[in-house]
Amino acid sequence: MSPTSEAQARILGRVRAGLARERDDAARAAAVRARLASPPRGVIPARARGERPALVERFVANLEKEFGTVERLRDAVEVPGRVAAWLAARNLPARLAAAPHPELLALPWADRPALAVRFGRAEADDAASLTACFAAVAETGTLVLASGPDHPTTLGLLPEAHLVLLRTSRIVGAFEEAWDLLRAERGRTDSSMPAPRRVMPRAVMLVTGPSRSADIEQTLELGAHGPRALHVLLLEDEG
Amino acid sequence: MFAAAHAFTENAARALADPSLQKALAATRPRFQDKRARAYAGLPEFEALRDAAHDLKTHTLAHLDLYLEAYAAAVAAQGGVVHWAETAEDARRVVLGICRRAGARTVTKGKSMIAEEIALNPHLEANGITPVETDLGEYIIQLRREPPSHIIAPAFHLNREDWIAAFREKHAGLPADRPLIERRDLLAEARAVLRRRFLAADVGITGANLLIAETGSSVIVTNEGNGDLTQTLPRVHIVLASIEKVVPTLEDACTVLRLLARSATGQDMSVYTTFSTGPRRAEDSDGPAEYHVVLLDNGRSAMIGTEFEDMLRCIRCAACMNHCPVYGSVGGHAYGWVYPGPMGSVLTPSLIGVDQARHLPNASTFCGRCESVCPMKIPLTRMMRHWRERAFERHLAPRAERTGLGLWAFFARRPLLYRAATRAAIGVLGLFGRRRGRFAALPLAAGWTAGRDFPAPEGETFQSRYRRLARDGTAR
Repeated sequence: MSPTSEAQARILGRVRAGLARERDDAARAAAVRARLASPPRGVIPARARGERPALVERFVANLEKEFGTVERLRDAVEVPGRVAAWLAARNLPARLAAAPHPELLALPWADRPALAVRFGRAEADDAASLTACFAAVAETGTLVLASGPDHPTTLGLLPEAHLVLLRTSRIVGAFEEAWDLLRAERGRTDSSMPAPRRVMPRAVMLVTGPSRSADIEQTLELGAHGPRALHVLLLEDEG
Repeated sequence: MFAAAHAFTENAARALADPSLQKALAATRPRFQDKRARAYAGLPEFEALRDAAHDLKTHTLAHLDLYLEAYAAAVAAQGGVVHWAETAEDARRVVLGICRRAGARTVTKGKSMIAEEIALNPHLEANGITPVETDLGEYIIQLRREPPSHIIAPAFHLNREDWIAAFREKHAGLPADRPLIERRDLLAEARAVLRRRFLAADVGITGANLLIAETGSSVIVTNEGNGDLTQTLPRVHIVLASIEKVVPTLEDACTVLRLLARSATGQDMSVYTTFSTGPRRAEDSDGPAEYHVVLLDNGRSAMIGTEFEDMLRCIRCAACMNHCPVYGSVGGHAYGWVYPGPMGSVLTPSLIGVDQARHLPNASTFCGRCESVCPMKIPLTRMMRHWRERAFERHLAPRAERTGLGLWAFFARRPLLYRAATRAAIGVLGLFGRRRGRFAALPLAAGWTAGRDFPAPEGETFQSRYRRLARDGTAR
């Protein structure tokens, strides 16, 4: 055995030595398998439940409370113009690092020749980025960003401003519903996993507002190491 | 971190006489309490969540061996490497080995209490690798070369002028005429300096708030985004986590996360809660090429099945220290090791030995506020009492204290004698103290009267007064 697997055996041995002596190991293993295969729901707060329009409004209110900003649009073709206007209003350069997401790639960027768009991961000097969001959670106004070829993680971290395209149909009430979406759309059976399924992309970021710190005298200041601004373009695609 | 927990009494006396520390404590403590109270009031399900979190952790600890095996298998299945470390020394050796294989010169670090526990920074420095703390609070205390004084707000003890002085002294490229007055000036300066560090680092080291057995994910919670830059940009990501951080599923993580930020900073959610699972995938354009988890025991497995097992439910939110009158008076450094406040008073003796930390379980008024705000319902005062008993059984207390307790026990076991002795003592004290109502000095009680007056008894013991009132029919 390697030193670390010997260490594993000793650590787990000590854990087992501390457990109740009259334990039923077969029943314990079955309980663990069952919980991993079909995870029981915990306590879901009432604020995570409601009619669709109410959930959308709650998402917006909760995100705005945490200093995120939201603007609504009815058609995705409006996105290039809205992005250009948003950057101009903040005196930011007309340059954008965008996620190579099919939905963003398909937008009419040629209508805005003054806006330079580069698709791919973020570089150190990018001032603004645009990504398409996997889902969002009304309970706390949280964006669910799932990494992958269509969503490089750096886009939500390095630029000063992060713009996010979100469809209202992707807003769920509770965090658990976002996991449901992830399991349904990204999960696949895998017997090498204990669950036994593989679900998670390399990074899932739950983002609630722009970066901040309260380490100086426990007083909040926005714009620590991540984006100073988080702006959601909310595409109303329901009803 | 070098343990100075044995010197709590001296540390506390120094802390009480430190005007700068007292200013910081007075200014910042009420904020934590108010914010937590508002978050609590805003979630009617808070108590139900506490019960659910308690049950979830109890279930996990009763199956900890199996969940750890499942977690490790899930990490391995997705290309990550789990390193089991029994001691702090083992963990340091593993981390250094990974850094050396990566040819690392600088290492960025997200906030990690385990890194403090295993004293990682001095070890890396001694071996020619430069660790750079990136959490703002950790960064300033690294500049000042001092330990954290709080588990979520490491620079809790500092005022703005301390920050300005440290940046002026240590930031070589900072022009003397650049204004550094407001908090946002300080934040912008730190952001600019650390951005270069993030981009240059070879290895990124973070802690973990949770590990998830179902998916093999590690979870970090930050507001600054520093942890995410740390674990995304360098070629190698190392996660430092202790074995009790594992929870079964993503759903279980939600239960803990609904309590964590509310109890810690009073936010509904921290800004960034990130689930990391293995190294970058073949089709990804960013993320680390290597993903390592150092799984540390360091005394925790020995707590299973003992009266201290409940402590393994702790999620490090710091609500207990934010509400503790003792922490509020002396701050975090007085506790002398990594974990201050009530959770530290219970955990530190488990990890470094009660002989090194026998004062800590006594650093409590037993008012119970820590337990009342603990999101995981950990019986902190009960466990401090267990440590007091153990310290007494092992003859760790000084002779005077043991003799005093022995004397008290002698009388307490003999009710008639006890009543007679207390009646005599109270009578004498009442007689001498009648005029002023208090004593400025008392024989055998100099420790008490050095700091405050001793109130003079009114001449009657509680028991005799109770009997008298009961006779008169006025006691209930």
